Amino acid sequence: MIRLNNVVATYTTVRGQVNAVDGVTLTIPDGKIVGVAGESGCGKTTLMKVIYGDLIYPLALRQGSVDYEIDSMSGKPITTRNIKDYWFKHISYIPQSSMSSLNPVVRIRTQFVDFLPAGQRTNNTLEEIRNYVQSLDLPPEAIDAYPHQLSGGMRQRIMVAMGTFFRPEIILADEPTTALDVVVQKGILLLLMDIQAKMNNTIILVSHDMGVHYQITHKMLIMYAAKVVEFGDSEDVFASPWHPYTRMLIESLPTIGDDRMHTGIAGRPPSLWEDLHGCRFAPRCPLATELCRAEEPTFLELKPEHFVACHYAEKAFQNR
Amino acid sequence: MKMNIRLKIGLVILAIFTLGSLILPFFMKVDPSRQGSYPKNLPPSLEHPLGTNSLGQSIFWFLVIAIRNSLLLGVSVSCVTTLAAGITGLVAGYVGGWLDRVLTALMDTFIAIPAFPILIVLSTLVRGQTSFWLVGVILVFFGWPWSARTVRSMALTIREREFISMARFSGASTLQVVFQEVFPYVYTLLVVAFIDAILWVTTTEAALAVIGLSKVEVPTLGSIIFWALSYNALFTKQYTWVLAPVVATVILFLGIFLTSTGYNHMYATRRGHS
Amino acid sequence: MTTILKTNKLNKVYRLGGLFNRIRIDALDDVNLTIESDEPVIISIVGESGSGKTTLAKVLLRLVKPTSGSAHVYDRLIVGEGEKPSNREFFNSIQPIFQNPFEAFSSYRTVDAYLFETAVRVAKLSKTDAVDAMAEALRLVGLDYRDVRGKYPNQFSGGELQRVSVARALIPHPDIIIADEPVSMIDASLRMNVINLFLSLKEEFRRSFLYITHDLATAYYISDYIAVMYRGCIVEFGDARTILADPKHPYTQLLLDSIPEIGRKWDAERTALSDIEAKEYQYTGCRFCNRCPMSEDKCKAERPPATRTTDGRDIYCHFA
Repeated sequence: MIRLNNVVATYTTVRGQVNAVDGVTLTIPDGKIVGVAGESGCGKTTLMKVIYGDLIYPLALRQGSVDYEIDSMSGKPITTRNIKDYWFKHISYIPQSSMSSLNPVVRIRTQFVDFLPAGQRTNNTLEEIRNYVQSLDLPPEAIDAYPHQLSGGMRQRIMVAMGTFFRPEIILADEPTTALDVVVQKGILLLLMDIQAKMNNTIILVSHDMGVHYQITHKMLIMYAAKVVEFGDSEDVFASPWHPYTRMLIESLPTIGDDRMHTGIAGRPPSLWEDLHGCRFAPRCPLATELCRAEEPTFLELKPEHFVACHYAEKAFQNR
Repeated sequence: MKMNIRLKIGLVILAIFTLGSLILPFFMKVDPSRQGSYPKNLPPSLEHPLGTNSLGQSIFWFLVIAIRNSLLLGVSVSCVTTLAAGITGLVAGYVGGWLDRVLTALMDTFIAIPAFPILIVLSTLVRGQTSFWLVGVILVFFGWPWSARTVRSMALTIREREFISMARFSGASTLQVVFQEVFPYVYTLLVVAFIDAILWVTTTEAALAVIGLSKVEVPTLGSIIFWALSYNALFTKQYTWVLAPVVATVILFLGIFLTSTGYNHMYATRRGHS
Repeated sequence: MTTILKTNKLNKVYRLGGLFNRIRIDALDDVNLTIESDEPVIISIVGESGSGKTTLAKVLLRLVKPTSGSAHVYDRLIVGEGEKPSNREFFNSIQPIFQNPFEAFSSYRTVDAYLFETAVRVAKLSKTDAVDAMAEALRLVGLDYRDVRGKYPNQFSGGELQRVSVARALIPHPDIIIADEPVSMIDASLRMNVINLFLSLKEEFRRSFLYITHDLATAYYISDYIAVMYRGCIVEFGDARTILADPKHPYTQLLLDSIPEIGRKWDAERTALSDIEAKEYQYTGCRFCNRCPMSEDKCKAERPPATRTTDGRDIYCHFA
């Protein structure tokens, strides 16, 4: 379980400081695929960095904390400060672009082995790696190649293999398939689902593609302007979204066979540099009232395990 | 236009140097390059702010004239080389084809020819007869191709970007594309080239002074160093004589650098924020 | 009937590599398309990366010269042997919209500078008429000239900037606008604003569009015709709804199966990997034979010709 307690993550720039994640409190449960959705500038990548513990200047955790409860390490308190010690073994990260994450002049098997601290490498390590790669239905010869000799899809699968070799309890994937073709994307996402089913770990997947979230996630987290606006079971969120932003976003997407008109959302997300008060979605929300503009809605659990930050949703829920 | 602190400091320094070197000479009582005007090797005092050197010249006034001459030479040579570099680089990079090949060959030739040996040969031919401006011309010939190549590479990259296609579909002719679209991206390179050139001119001129090609009787920042070295100023502990031009060069460079980056910074932050 | 678009044996060959290792890539291989209509139409060219769709757009925009073949747009020969229109005539008839709205404008210039130049240099309007034309074009895309004047690209969102691009393209009243992935870099909630704009421009203002994309859902939403491309060849072409509702070519079927759509879960069978992309370009037979479940020797040997089926589509498959 990962507990985020009022996390505020700030970037320091020439222009000043900006809160890319502005007060997020929630608990990510074990053994599920959690999707983080939102548009550019909403803070999802920053949130990933906070969860992974990759907080180097100019990014800093200004307020709040993150507590990790990893089963195999029970008893020790794990927070943002020491999460680094658990990288690769208990928490790993699959980056977006495999080509820029792999050293182009080194064979993949060497890079794979490099993951292990020197003391833990044995003669068997390479063979273990090969066996693991094969168990994922990938050709074990692939790791003998140089990165550029493999196609983009194959490389990304190898990245997935590298990231899951140690059977970490938490896997973070930031847009792992964005740069890939739709056919290849399906393969990789199915691979991730398989791994999660077998290892029963937690996968946190960031994507701007709501379709991807629909296909593989168990829980959904929607972010808007550095805040979380909705968090619940994917089925619920897609079937009946409570937050107007979630609803309008899902409704704007066309599907094949659907001949209805779809409209986008007018306006654009607020600049985080401005003085923001009230609900950040209010300027674009058709249901906004004075209350929405004045007061920021609290992130409430309207249904068990389903959280929404919206005054209107709260009232609608109470009146139903 | 809100100026940032860099720009302000830079402009102040430049103003002091430029105005100082242009106005102060009106207050000179004697021609500073005339030797023996004052007693030799006097320490700094009210009458001689930086003291005098072994030739009996007032270091301070010599420095003022030297700065003026160095600035004049540096700025005029830099203007010409930067202009030449800009135009040839832009045209070669954007237009391409045979024009690019010809211009690149020209640039490469001048880069490959080592300037110094040529200058040595020239010095033996024209020993002592050079005018100050001939030095400038020679420096232009060897100075222009370096930044031209950088400008050309930048132009080559910009050529492939989408807004160039957009400009063409908006009806821009090749010339209009080069100057309205490509040039702004090259502008920073040219400012840097300009500064580099001023520095290069000053140091090369000093080096030329040492081998006797430049007219060392003409006060420049380089020739002060020449004379100071000839008279072993470091050994005779006449630190003011050596330090004065060095410190002056450093501050001058700082002034130019701060002005140019400060201006760029101001322009960049202003762009796109109402 | 006007010939909206007609390509005849359009070919583009790229040769990569050094002296000893030349690879030949047929980015466009014998592309034949004919669309005739009296009404304005939206034609979608759909495919994955490497399919040739962007090359096709570049050839039609005369940014790239084809190796052989010809193309007609609105009854005019624009590429190939014969008399072609001058740049001025060409720009008045065909205008582009590029994928990345932030790249389409120089960050050193205001965006209205481009609109003004298009009005004065391409449409040959006087300075006062140009301002009216700009205001009108911006109004058509839902923007106010006063909000656009004097602003730089970084002051707009992706969606707004793309609409400015559309406005610029509209100024010379072109017959057809060629849009290369116009919405793939725009956030999901703003995408439909631009897509709906294309529809309204077609219906109310009688402009045709050539829409290049990898997103089948938006292609379904707005197209009249669709051409599916794979590795430089057209595999299926015809009426958009007919093809997408009932795809006959195995590749089209594969594509439709792989899209992550909301409302329809994937069936989790793995799809064949394509790891030898460069080789696929050099097949003398059908490019898809390596991954096709139905492929036989005939497919490897011979390029399938176009078969016109009963429902009016062209399909390039030996088993049509």
